[in-house]
Amino acid sequence: MARIEIDEQRCKGCGLCTIICPKQLIILCSKVNNLGYTVAVFDPSAINCTGCTLCAEICPDVAIKVFK
Amino acid sequence: MQQVFKRPLSLKDVQTHFCPGCHHGTVHRMVAKALDEYDLQKRTIGVASIGCSVFLYSYFDIDVIESPHGRAPAVATGVKRAKPDSFVFTYQGDGDLAAIGTGEIIHAANRGENISVIFVNNTTYGMTGGQMAPTTLLGQRTSTSPYGRSLENEGAPIRVTELLTNLEGVSFAARVAVNNAKNLMDAKKQIKKAFRYQVEKKGFSFVEVLAACPTNWGMTPIKANERVGTELSDYFKLGVFKNVANL
Ligand SMILES: Cc1ncc(C[n+]2csc(CCOP(=O)(O)OP(=O)(O)O)c2C)c(N)n1
Ligand code: SF4
Ligand code: SF4
Ligand code: SF4
Repeated sequence: MARIEIDEQRCKGCGLCTIICPKQLIILCSKVNNLGYTVAVFDPSAINCTGCTLCAEICPDVAIKVFK
Repeated sequence: MQQVFKRPLSLKDVQTHFCPGCHHGTVHRMVAKALDEYDLQKRTIGVASIGCSVFLYSYFDIDVIESPHGRAPAVATGVKRAKPDSFVFTYQGDGDLAAIGTGEIIHAANRGENISVIFVNNTTYGMTGGQMAPTTLLGQRTSTSPYGRSLENEGAPIRVTELLTNLEGVSFAARVAVNNAKNLMDAKKQIKKAFRYQVEKKGFSFVEVLAACPTNWGMTPIKANERVGTELSDYFKLGVFKNVANL
């Protein structure tokens, strides 16, 4: 089992992590951060995150940490 | 649980000014990671260029020289020759490297300077508002080609990696992209390999990265990311073009 953490204040809501996740565990939500961007959130109930790190690899803002 | 993905040591923990979905951020992290992997942070001198990547010195936790527009390969030549034990790379956009800096890149490559060049090709001048670059695709609308680039007027887009591959002085040349899982893995590998060339004193190494500029393409980050995999990759073929030492 694995999980990720998204730094909401760093995220710019580009959505690239949402399209690269093979399990579709990340979505853009309606929450707005201090910079005015709607941020990405990881499904907290997800049990099928593989820790593949793809979301973190593509994130242009290095906003994602992956734990495995 | 262990943290399996961390910010590289060579990348400062700061917010960047890049637009949402700008691939410069992804490439910055990848370059920093490659520096970490060869333990180069302390002896690296990065040479920044003019363009959206101008703040390299604010984002990388290494020594950086800011060079005049297009002149990064000439500055890097001087640094490397004066301090041969340092690790020297340039990071340049396509306006910087393929327009105003055409002379510098060709001659540094031809001399086979033992430096590494990261060339971020987003087919436009990002920083100044999306003007046409030598790499702008045919038909692409920019602020200085509002009807689309035409073959008759501006010529065909320059394939820089292929051009440099023909020079004797070039040891390693590759074109990569960071738009999907497969390309990200390959980009990581080729950037590392380019750096290995310099570490092992095997000559000039060059990596072109196809990159998205959602803002000046007038696209959402997701659409711009897609365009890298379609229009850009169709014209600018991905792959390793030269690898003389077979690393
Ligand atoms: C000598 C000089 N000429 C022109 C400029 C204006 N200028 C700043 S950035 C830039 C183009 C940068 O485009 P590119 O290299 O493609 O980088 P990007 O911003 O797309 O990453 C230009 C022409 C300048 N700063 N200095
Ligand atoms: S680590 Fe892989 S599976 Fe987990 S959220 Fe990121 S992309 Fe999805
Ligand atoms: S890729 Fe990074 S910046 Fe973009 S939405 Fe995901 S977490 Fe946010
Ligand atoms: S203008 Fe383009 S290249 Fe510059 S930061 Fe924005 S998306 Fe990136």
